[in-house]
Amino acid sequence: MKTINRQRENSHVENRRNFLRKLGFSGAAFVIGIKYGEGHQEISNLSEALLSQDISFNLSPYIIIEKSGKITLFNTKPDMGQGTFQSIPALIAEELEVEKYEIKQSGGEKIFGNGQSSGGSYSVRGSYFELRKVGAAAREMLITAAATTWKVPVSECYASNAKVFHKPSGKSLDYGSLAETASKLETPSNPVLKDPKDFKILGKSMKRPDIPGKVSGKTIFGIDVQVPGMVYASVERCPVFGAKLKSFDKSEAMKVAGVEQVITVERVFGIYKSVGVAVIAKNYWAALKGRKALKIEWDYQGHGDFNTDDYFQKLRELSKSEGVVDKSVGDFDQAYKDSSKKVEAFYETPFVSHSPMEAMNCTAHWKENDKLEIWASTQVPSDIIDEIPAMFKLKTEDVTLHTCFNGGGFGRRLSNDFVIEAVNIARAIKKPVKVIWTREDDTRQGPFRPVTFSALKGAVNEDGKLVAFQHKVISPTIMSFLNPAFDKTKVDETMVEGISHQDYQIPNMKNSFVFADIHIPMFWWRSVTSSTLAFSHECFIDELAVAAGKDPMAFRLDMLKEDADSKRVLQKLKEVSKWDTPLPKGKGRGVAQYLFFAGLGAQVFEVSKLSDNSVKIDKVYAVIDLGTVVNPDTVKAQVEGAIAMGITAATKPGITFSEGSTVQSNFHDNPIMRLPEMPEVEVHILADGGKTIKGVGEPGLPPVAPALANAIFAATGVRIRKMPFELDNLV
Amino acid sequence: MKKYTLNINKKSLVIEAEPDTPLLWVIRDYAGLKGTKFGCGLGLCGACTVHLDGQPVRSCQTPVSTLKPSSKITTIEGISANIDHVVQKAWIEEQVPQCGYCQSGQIMSAVALLKANPHPTDEEIDTYMSGNLCRCGTYIRIRKAIHRAAGDLSK
Repeated sequence: MKTINRQRENSHVENRRNFLRKLGFSGAAFVIGIKYGEGHQEISNLSEALLSQDISFNLSPYIIIEKSGKITLFNTKPDMGQGTFQSIPALIAEELEVEKYEIKQSGGEKIFGNGQSSGGSYSVRGSYFELRKVGAAAREMLITAAATTWKVPVSECYASNAKVFHKPSGKSLDYGSLAETASKLETPSNPVLKDPKDFKILGKSMKRPDIPGKVSGKTIFGIDVQVPGMVYASVERCPVFGAKLKSFDKSEAMKVAGVEQVITVERVFGIYKSVGVAVIAKNYWAALKGRKALKIEWDYQGHGDFNTDDYFQKLRELSKSEGVVDKSVGDFDQAYKDSSKKVEAFYETPFVSHSPMEAMNCTAHWKENDKLEIWASTQVPSDIIDEIPAMFKLKTEDVTLHTCFNGGGFGRRLSNDFVIEAVNIARAIKKPVKVIWTREDDTRQGPFRPVTFSALKGAVNEDGKLVAFQHKVISPTIMSFLNPAFDKTKVDETMVEGISHQDYQIPNMKNSFVFADIHIPMFWWRSVTSSTLAFSHECFIDELAVAAGKDPMAFRLDMLKEDADSKRVLQKLKEVSKWDTPLPKGKGRGVAQYLFFAGLGAQVFEVSKLSDNSVKIDKVYAVIDLGTVVNPDTVKAQVEGAIAMGITAATKPGITFSEGSTVQSNFHDNPIMRLPEMPEVEVHILADGGKTIKGVGEPGLPPVAPALANAIFAATGVRIRKMPFELDNLV
Repeated sequence: MKKYTLNINKKSLVIEAEPDTPLLWVIRDYAGLKGTKFGCGLGLCGACTVHLDGQPVRSCQTPVSTLKPSSKITTIEGISANIDHVVQKAWIEEQVPQCGYCQSGQIMSAVALLKANPHPTDEEIDTYMSGNLCRCGTYIRIRKAIHRAAGDLSK
């Protein structure tokens, strides 16, 4: 017994010691990273710790310099197209003074801490100073190592392109040959960061290193993983949300050539749980055919009548209730009552799907010794490594995750429901298995972006100033699925995003929230609630500008203090869109801006009226406020992409429910924008000033629908208060 | 199960599969070429586009039984050995991909377009490429990259 225990202990220590070897670093010499403690973190020389000690799980290596001169930088933020595979290592490389390096994607290893996730437009801004400091500390240590070797003052040395130079003599040593000396030095606690004017990488449109793989079919996405002995699975899940599996007959499915097993499998999304029937086969086509041959009886649990028409009617009725106050300024009720010019409007938005081009999939292998290996396109490696061992009662160190390139995320891959389902199958069959969702599964099974309905009231005075404003949000929530202790009597802040936090100075304001129950899983979607609330909020601001007899741009600018970020952004937008130059008859411009958790973007849409009820988008001018920019070309790409996604969400049908199920199934009835519909886009980046560093991935989306709807009003006089709207059938 | 002889990227491959197996899964899981992607399974998105005797086809809608032993199939892996096809180079130059998942299909369509029409107008690009969906919204750059490749072809 003792021997067994000791063997176990030894292998445990051995595993940790082997961390670097497992990652393929045989001659590692100099390792710099971050040591995370309770509520604090420090840059740390991990060379010794990682190579010779039983390392604890709070040391994150970010830089590894081998004696051979090979430099490896780690990216802990999964790339789903937003460019973190370039921008995160670039933060380190700039300060480290290296041009050529290998990038490794962390797989969720505990050693890399809890921050291994991509979401909330947070990756670059959250890492900007921290990772630059890691690079700067390593650079200073390498310079000290060279100065010590040469017995010259540190001040006479500098680093460039992976070498340290001695200025007076011109001699140099490369990082590889300095690695061992540097590894024995103390880590500077306050390394000096480079002056941005000396940047060689940051702020420049560097080419992304992941792109050659993506134009040649070489990039490995989750769905491309191939494991020896792997089988395939396809899962039939009840189309009716909230249903239970009553019984199933697998006899016909088992007759399909290649089908090996049929089992039940649970999918878990927060508090939402459902059981489906998985067909496991030698190849994916056989699994699909076997699935079609299943005979299943479901118990709908009373959810078989649910439909969007009735649900929307319920939301309209709920809008009459008072709700819970989110924020109150001045005395809205009195100011509204006293005003002679009142405006009221009701706005509606749809459920939408994420629909990344790579449908959900996950490969898992539960081995005989209760070790688990997972391959997944995921935005949240850290969550997987937290949740899976706890849920399946495994040791953290026995779970290995391989984080693959994400074929799109948009928030969908912040959830682990598809991973849990795959692990459940893998545990049952003890073989490596790849579970692939069909496009229909991906479209119909959710989770979806929630709808928000908005009841708005506003009043302007005789001078055309906004004196009273109210935005009441009526909606189901995401948190009621994620938090078992969710309190329905309080404001869900994630459902009122931004409505009380715009820079507009409004003397009397009262915003509130009305909770609406739903049993269908809801989830984060690129820019989340700001993607719907910006529509109602900024279209209503436009309605108030009209009521005030003011130009919509001037009306907004008048409400902004000189030092407000939104003021700078709108002024820039006004200039680049030539707002004050009149457009020919039949054309119209609309403006919108939105400040929310991810950052701040503003846009002007220009549209042409084709008939009384149809328009075409001519051009989009976009301004994004960042404070600082790491890769301008990536930022432009993200804004272009957010605009495409925003136009799809505004003008395509979205998701509806009937008889308890999702009506749409694939790209024919849940379409996304196609190439001919893409307008010209001009992106302007504000990278100087601003109160904070802001995010990139999401802020391009919220202004799209309101700027477009406001432009449609300017061109046609049709006021749009409901998404989706059809550009060629405006009502 | 039936035996099929296929020619993928100038290599001969003998497989045993059900006749209705789509070429997509044959390419991915029998030939092990993962660059061709599954997107919708209904021929709606273009992610699975490959060339069949030089013509772009949706491999998810092409049952293996409809192929002749003489049929020449080209996938994204077959258009160049060193990522130096003029269209690939234009895609890199314009930094087209974001997530990249649809781009194999986009490139296979673009290669076919330029073969049929070496100098397409914006409208011709729009029409030809409208069957290839991109959820990241890289369309502006796809247009630019096709024009760039057309320019490079005529040099």
